[in-house]
Amino acid sequence: MQEPILEVNHLKKYFDIRGGVFGKKVGAVKAVDDVSFTVNEGEILGIVGESGCGKSTTGKALLRLIEPTEGEVKFNDQDITQVNSEEMRQLRRDMQIIFQDPYASLNPRHTVEKIVAEPLLVHGMTNAKERKERVKELLEIVGLRAYHASRYPHQFSGGQRQRIGIARALANNPKLIICDEPVSALDVSVQSQILNLMSDLRDQFNLTYLFIAHDLSVVKHISDRVGVMYLGRMVELADKDELYENPKHPYTQALLSAVPVADPDETGERIILQGDVPSPSNPPSGCPFHTRCPQAMDICQEVTPTFQDHSDQHYVACHLYE
Amino acid sequence: MKTSEEQREQLEDESQVYNPNPYQEEEDVEAISPWKDALKQLRKSPLAITGFLLVLFFIILGFVAPFVSPYEFDGDDPINRLQPPSADHWLGTDDIGRDIFTRLAYGARISLITGFTAVTGALVFGTLLGIISGYFGRWVDMLISRIFDILLAFPSILLAIAVVAILGASLTNALIAIAIINIPIFGRLVRSKVISLREEEFILAAKAQGMKRGRILLHHILPNSLAPIIVQATLGFGTAILEAAALGFLGLGAQPPTPEWGKMLSDSRDFIQLAPWTLIFPGVSIMLVVLGFNLIGDGLRDALDPKMKN
Repeated sequence: MQEPILEVNHLKKYFDIRGGVFGKKVGAVKAVDDVSFTVNEGEILGIVGESGCGKSTTGKALLRLIEPTEGEVKFNDQDITQVNSEEMRQLRRDMQIIFQDPYASLNPRHTVEKIVAEPLLVHGMTNAKERKERVKELLEIVGLRAYHASRYPHQFSGGQRQRIGIARALANNPKLIICDEPVSALDVSVQSQILNLMSDLRDQFNLTYLFIAHDLSVVKHISDRVGVMYLGRMVELADKDELYENPKHPYTQALLSAVPVADPDETGERIILQGDVPSPSNPPSGCPFHTRCPQAMDICQEVTPTFQDHSDQHYVACHLYE
Repeated sequence: MKTSEEQREQLEDESQVYNPNPYQEEEDVEAISPWKDALKQLRKSPLAITGFLLVLFFIILGFVAPFVSPYEFDGDDPINRLQPPSADHWLGTDDIGRDIFTRLAYGARISLITGFTAVTGALVFGTLLGIISGYFGRWVDMLISRIFDILLAFPSILLAIAVVAILGASLTNALIAIAIINIPIFGRLVRSKVISLREEEFILAAKAQGMKRGRILLHHILPNSLAPIIVQATLGFGTAILEAAALGFLGLGAQPPTPEWGKMLSDSRDFIQLAPWTLIFPGVSIMLVVLGFNLIGDGLRDALDPKMKN
């Protein structure tokens, strides 16, 4: 189980800011800034962080839906940032994505059958009857019915649509699925159904997930390991239990202290962060968190902390532990 | 990694015990396609129906022209010239004794064919250029958009006159001119639709599944940009007929003895006081057929607009 299926090294994605009459580059939004991690085969790696921290961009850059600016993404030891577009197209059979918004990610003019069958067709299943069978099978796998195939997306609820999205992602038996906040657009009762379905599917098909979310309890429920992102950088990455019980980075500590505890007598200490998240187009020098960190030191303003293994696969980027 | 055969077996077992869909559902719920839905909406609109009936009337008139009238559209009969409407000549005769009803019926063919051809031409080229411009962006978009801007900078009738002046005055050339001046209207419409669709998540999803560009354009972007194209085409039909009539009126379109409505108007304008019927009936015909297309267009626009759904 410890074989890495995906290895990300120093991934960067800068969006240019252009201005002036000639569209000259006047700056860059550092959406993802030097992120490295690995995803092991069969595991669920959760990535959490607040809005705008670059988690979705990371997910999309891994699939080259957004071209990464720099860095290496190795999928089964092959650096996919170097392959040409046809090779990449073939690779997409093995790496899939489930989108956040089930209302926007399904083509409103296609039937469910066409939506789920299309990836089969473009990856070489030319027999229409075979495709039809496979679609039926996939719909039942995700908890829909075969007769749903002839309907259109607008005839389904949000949870059902997300199931269609999952069926589409599963169509070609992928190895890795990037889940880009797959439940955050659903209401809470449906969220748990979808999460359970996803975790059943993982066991059934030996899938690997990169699970992006902003909801800490969702990530805790489903993940094996969890990474925390802040302002385009990964600040902490550890085993789920280790991270939730023994958070090292001050940002992670503050984040976890905000999770409500279902016990009225529990009066945990809330760490309230001051100020706002700085702009990713002009991030602070040194540690990106030093402007809000309750334990900031002088060094934090000057030197960017390295992301390193602190103890037993518990990675953290903080000067407190160096 | 298991083979799909193994998975299938496993699934068959699973699906019997696992019922993840606890809600009772009707199996015979009809699949409602967005197009079917729009058609249903359209049928509820009395104005659109009126427009449809008007257009249908002229289509039928065009088809049956040779059968309902004993006269030829170019059969002159100087003795019976400028006759008022009567039992022999339902809508009267013109200055060389041709039956106006016969000419109007044949003219309906010309107007509808004019509208159809000009709109089809503008639609095909406009959509093509619009899609290329919107999807590929950058300098391609820059180039195509500037050409559109130049075309739109001229008053359309002036541009049509210029085209006809270059190609020579005939109905075919008038058609080409009308098609050309309508290209940027379709082009810009499609371009803006494609640009907004390009950012949609389901287009990103299509890319993520490994679809090629051509497939994304044809199967995902084009079907979703059809609604505004259809509306514009219907409205454009009316405009094209009007423009053809204007060119005919100026003597730059159909040449005598073609019974083109605009030409009929200009030929009879000297007799407006003496024989007003020679002028009124072609004028009313133009108005009704354009009104018909505009009513259908408005109805379609409402029916295809997702925000108007009840």
